[in-house]
Amino acid sequence: MKNKRLDLSYSQMKWETMFRKLLIFMAALLVLVIIGILITLIIESVPSIKALGIKFLWSKTWDPVQNIYGALPFLIGTLLTSFIALILSLPFSYSVSIYLGEYNPKGWLSNLLKNTIELIAAVPSIIYGFWGLFVLVPVIRAIEMKIGVAPYGIGITTASLVLAVMIIPYAASLGITLIRMVPASLKEGAYALGATRFEVIRSVILPYTRTGLFAGVLLSLGRALGETMAVTMLIGNTTSIAGTFKDLLFGPGNTMASVIANEFTEADHTEYLSALVELGLVLFFVTVIINLIGKRIITRFTQH
Amino acid sequence: MKVIKSLKIAAVALAASAVTLSASAQDNTLLGAGSTFVYPLFSKIFAEYGAKTKVQVNYQSIGSGGGILQLTNKTVDFGDSDAPLNDEQAKKMGAPVLHIPMTSGATVITYNIPGITKPLNFNGKIIADIYLGKITNWNNAEIKSLNRGVNLPDLPIVVIHRSDGSGTTFIFTDYLSKVSPEWASKVGKATAVNWPAGLGGKGSEGVAGLVKQTPGGFGYVELAYAVQNKMAYGNVQNKKGKLITPTISSTSAASNVELPADSKVSLTDTDNPQGYPISGFTWALIYKEQKYNGRSAGKAKEVLKLLWYNVHEGQKNCAPLNYAPLSKSALKVAENILKSATYDGKPIL
Repeated sequence: MKNKRLDLSYSQMKWETMFRKLLIFMAALLVLVIIGILITLIIESVPSIKALGIKFLWSKTWDPVQNIYGALPFLIGTLLTSFIALILSLPFSYSVSIYLGEYNPKGWLSNLLKNTIELIAAVPSIIYGFWGLFVLVPVIRAIEMKIGVAPYGIGITTASLVLAVMIIPYAASLGITLIRMVPASLKEGAYALGATRFEVIRSVILPYTRTGLFAGVLLSLGRALGETMAVTMLIGNTTSIAGTFKDLLFGPGNTMASVIANEFTEADHTEYLSALVELGLVLFFVTVIINLIGKRIITRFTQH
Repeated sequence: MKVIKSLKIAAVALAASAVTLSASAQDNTLLGAGSTFVYPLFSKIFAEYGAKTKVQVNYQSIGSGGGILQLTNKTVDFGDSDAPLNDEQAKKMGAPVLHIPMTSGATVITYNIPGITKPLNFNGKIIADIYLGKITNWNNAEIKSLNRGVNLPDLPIVVIHRSDGSGTTFIFTDYLSKVSPEWASKVGKATAVNWPAGLGGKGSEGVAGLVKQTPGGFGYVELAYAVQNKMAYGNVQNKKGKLITPTISSTSAASNVELPADSKVSLTDTDNPQGYPISGFTWALIYKEQKYNGRSAGKAKEVLKLLWYNVHEGQKNCAPLNYAPLSKSALKVAENILKSATYDGKPIL
């Protein structure tokens, strides 16, 4: 007589192996895609690397007519907008995380707020661009007139402000989930010892979720580094580097992603195209380096 | 099992229909790609042409550079570019390419000075000096001397240019290179340049948005865009010293000069006394020898017929869409170029 129980377990086993192989395949595929992108970027930027060498990184001129390319103004613009946006967004994303994670974790209001914040990430970036151009720019211009810098309205500050709004949901969403997952026993223990709510947050919840919260920040930063459309509409797209700190902050600038988006379609000679690809390569490395530093910081924090 | 079987049948049927479709559509579908500037005109002409002749034209407005690349890779029947091929691009093509003028367009100077409604007058030197960052205020004496009776305010000029690579920028910088030796040596002409001054807006809408919002703003956009969006634009003094309002007819006039046989010429700073000085052709691009990649003679003929239609009957669609129709001399050159196309060495038209 046939044992049906054995049959079943055989097919179950087959499924187990298949499922495991599927998972490995999917993960490997993603790694391959990233490596593929890196290889393509390197191959395509060879003509530019050959012609310009390492000084591409700190040369200030970007002149497609003379075939002189330098990434410095865009490197500065990218880092400046991303970090200003990150600093501006942090208080908001942390407050939102703590409020919706700890103070108001359940109920319709909490869900509504959480969904609304996640919706911020779903708005297409061109909408942010136009909103910035027609709503934010006049406000910034009025402020610039008061503090006595050239009243362009667009520039690093405006781009950073819009970026800050755009990246809030990435850190906040992760933060909310993590704070909600803090074991009740830990919090109850702290309360039992007479801690106030603020003390519980400060000495139990935040230390417990620190790694995750920081990972959320990295996610936000990654998004800010690569954001293109909204930034290019608001940053002013100039390659010159301002002389004074005030002008650097309020004046126009440019980012790597925005130059690539602007000039790629009409780049009409090999070196030009290759310089744009090399810019992509630099952006790739900047993102990798920042992520590595972030990972370092996370391990350091968790060891303490 | 049944489901899989019926799925298989469906797939086979689909594949079969695709095969028959592609066979019958081979000569009836033409592919084009290139300039975004000419897209509204082309889509109108091609829709009309499709209704008349049952030939479907699929034109993708991916930008001039993209169109050239697609033609180089021989994935389209014709390309369209706002600038003639440069040496490197021509070399990559591997075979002679014909440039056929399709229409011309003007680039206009637009500005935003509160309280001034009358069109302002400019000349090449003023425009170049503003973009070089040498003239920085609207009450500059040179601007004033061209605009007597206009009360120009003490207002800083906010220079705005395109940040994306664009044919409009090519025409504009080509003009500046001709009228200002300093511009030619310091900056030069290209679809994107190293701007000595000003802010960049992405696309016509970016430039227009910044000019409209910024008091003192000064920028350049295509005539069609300025007209459709009711923007203020100025008159420009041409080579003969006449102040010309950019219109369809003054743009057409700019190309009504003696043109070289290959039509690869820049129309900026035209010699025609009635011509507006900042304008340029957009060219359809095809291989001179149409027999390549196993193309049929029928297909080659269809491409030529389409372009012939474009420069003749198609031209009546130009004016309503604010494109400048080809001038008499441009049409003549275009006809001769089309006639020079060959299939296996024999003329097609």
